[in-house]
Amino acid sequence: MKKRKGISYDKYGWIFISLAFTLYLIFTIYPAVESLMLAFQSPAGGEYEFVGMKNFIRMFNDKIFLQSLFNTFLYMIIQVPLMLAAALFIATLLNSKALRLKGFFRTSIFLPCVTSLVAYSILFKMMFSIDGIVNQVLMHLGVLSQPYQYLQDSAWARAIIIIAMIWRWTGYNVIFYLAALQNIPKETFEAARVDGANVFQIFRKITIPQLKPIILLTTIMSTNGTLQLFDETMNITQGGPANATITVSHYIYNQSFVYAPDFGYASAISYMVVFIMIILAIIQFGVSGKED
Amino acid sequence: MQNGRLKKYVMSAVMYVFLIIIVAISIFPFYWMLSGATNVSADITSGVIGFGRALKENWMNLNASADILQVFWNTIKTTGIYTVLAILICSMAGYGFEKYRSKGKNIVYSMFLLSMMIPFSAQMIPLFKMAAKADMLDSHLTIMLPTLAMPFLVFFFRQNFQSYPTELIEAARVDGANEFTIFFRLVMAPMKSTFAAAAIYAFMKQWNNYLWPLIVIQSNEKKTFTLLLSSLSSAYYVDYGQLMLAIILATLPIIIVFLTMQKQFVEGIVGSSK
Repeated sequence: MKKRKGISYDKYGWIFISLAFTLYLIFTIYPAVESLMLAFQSPAGGEYEFVGMKNFIRMFNDKIFLQSLFNTFLYMIIQVPLMLAAALFIATLLNSKALRLKGFFRTSIFLPCVTSLVAYSILFKMMFSIDGIVNQVLMHLGVLSQPYQYLQDSAWARAIIIIAMIWRWTGYNVIFYLAALQNIPKETFEAARVDGANVFQIFRKITIPQLKPIILLTTIMSTNGTLQLFDETMNITQGGPANATITVSHYIYNQSFVYAPDFGYASAISYMVVFIMIILAIIQFGVSGKED
Repeated sequence: MQNGRLKKYVMSAVMYVFLIIIVAISIFPFYWMLSGATNVSADITSGVIGFGRALKENWMNLNASADILQVFWNTIKTTGIYTVLAILICSMAGYGFEKYRSKGKNIVYSMFLLSMMIPFSAQMIPLFKMAAKADMLDSHLTIMLPTLAMPFLVFFFRQNFQSYPTELIEAARVDGANEFTIFFRLVMAPMKSTFAAAAIYAFMKQWNNYLWPLIVIQSNEKKTFTLLLSSLSSAYYVDYGQLMLAIILATLPIIIVFLTMQKQFVEGIVGSSK
């Protein structure tokens, strides 16, 4: 009796899932598989034909692709650690018992992460443009005698993208850390304080180990986010000057929809991103496992 | 003793100063766009950061360069419909995975989770080809369809349905309720805050969607806010005043949602880490 019932309910489970599953097969799995097949094809007269590994070999001789990969990694290596460290520090302060006006600080610090990527990118582009507020302030203070073209200088252009991303995403990560910190029992901190541990010891010996899973999660999310960076470079610098700020995703977009479209090559690059993401995730899990 | 106390005061003073600086950095761009929307472009580029009187002028200019009400309606429409459909589809799936566990479903669920690793760039070309073949380019439906079944939301709902007591479902079955009545009448109501958090997440996702609409939408009449902002800012002559006003109009709805439902918003974001 019981078993028969179980079986008949199982069917309903599938019905509940069916809609999402159908959409998922059509709009996620099918495109992902087709993209993988395209990665081994090239356009030849209006048709695509199989060319083996040609697209993957081409990548290693493609200066713009290598530049885009370099830029993406540069953003990742500089921006992710800076942002996560800042977020962790801010979250620790916001969690301190003595702090007043907590709600105000919290709301203000979370606020940047409600802006759309396009909107904040444009704001930062305006702030750092030749007649933007940054030049105005620096000239007013006497630091600069004439406005500087930050976005035309490749080092500055990259720095501005990193600054913008830190502004947009730090608060977002604070949300995670703060939630995790609030889950650590207050007694743990108090006991450590009674035992004479100072702020830094508490941070190193209690906060960091307790937050390890969430630090791993935010690291993976941020590295994946950076590997897919598009809206920012598209709207702050258009990838320039001279491709100095172009990212891999931006380059895939250009290869697909801006230059003479080569869907095969673009797909190959996108699978390169998948491959890098998997490798990075394995490394991150490995590193966080080893410290135990 | 006094020394220790002094040290404590200095420490907390440093903490407040630091936090106030962080808050100032966080908020300044918002202030700048608010004040900018009330100034003419020439004033903004000459360093005026107080409030001016050109709000109306900027509004007229913005209306002259784009049909702003149409863009607003397009964004509201696509985001609204998307949000309702996405939370309906994903909550049903999450419920199915959680309350009707079986081996087969667990395999399907793992597939959902794994695909969170596939970047959109590895899907967009076939999606574009599909849309072109189906003659569905430049359509709002096409903007919504590909991401309706969002793996993250399925995961989020499944996590949250764990806390819904299975005994209540069984009791309702004994009373003769059918499975769908149970879900739509019994389960949904007490899970309101989960649904609110998911709705905020989906809303933000679609409101800010950029790359896919950029590929799909071609005509001005179908444009959403992100596309409008992007094209206004890359014009040969950029009018700062009207651009700032456009950014405010594009950001304000989300700020309002955030300020009024901060708790659910935070839950929605943190939900992924439970």
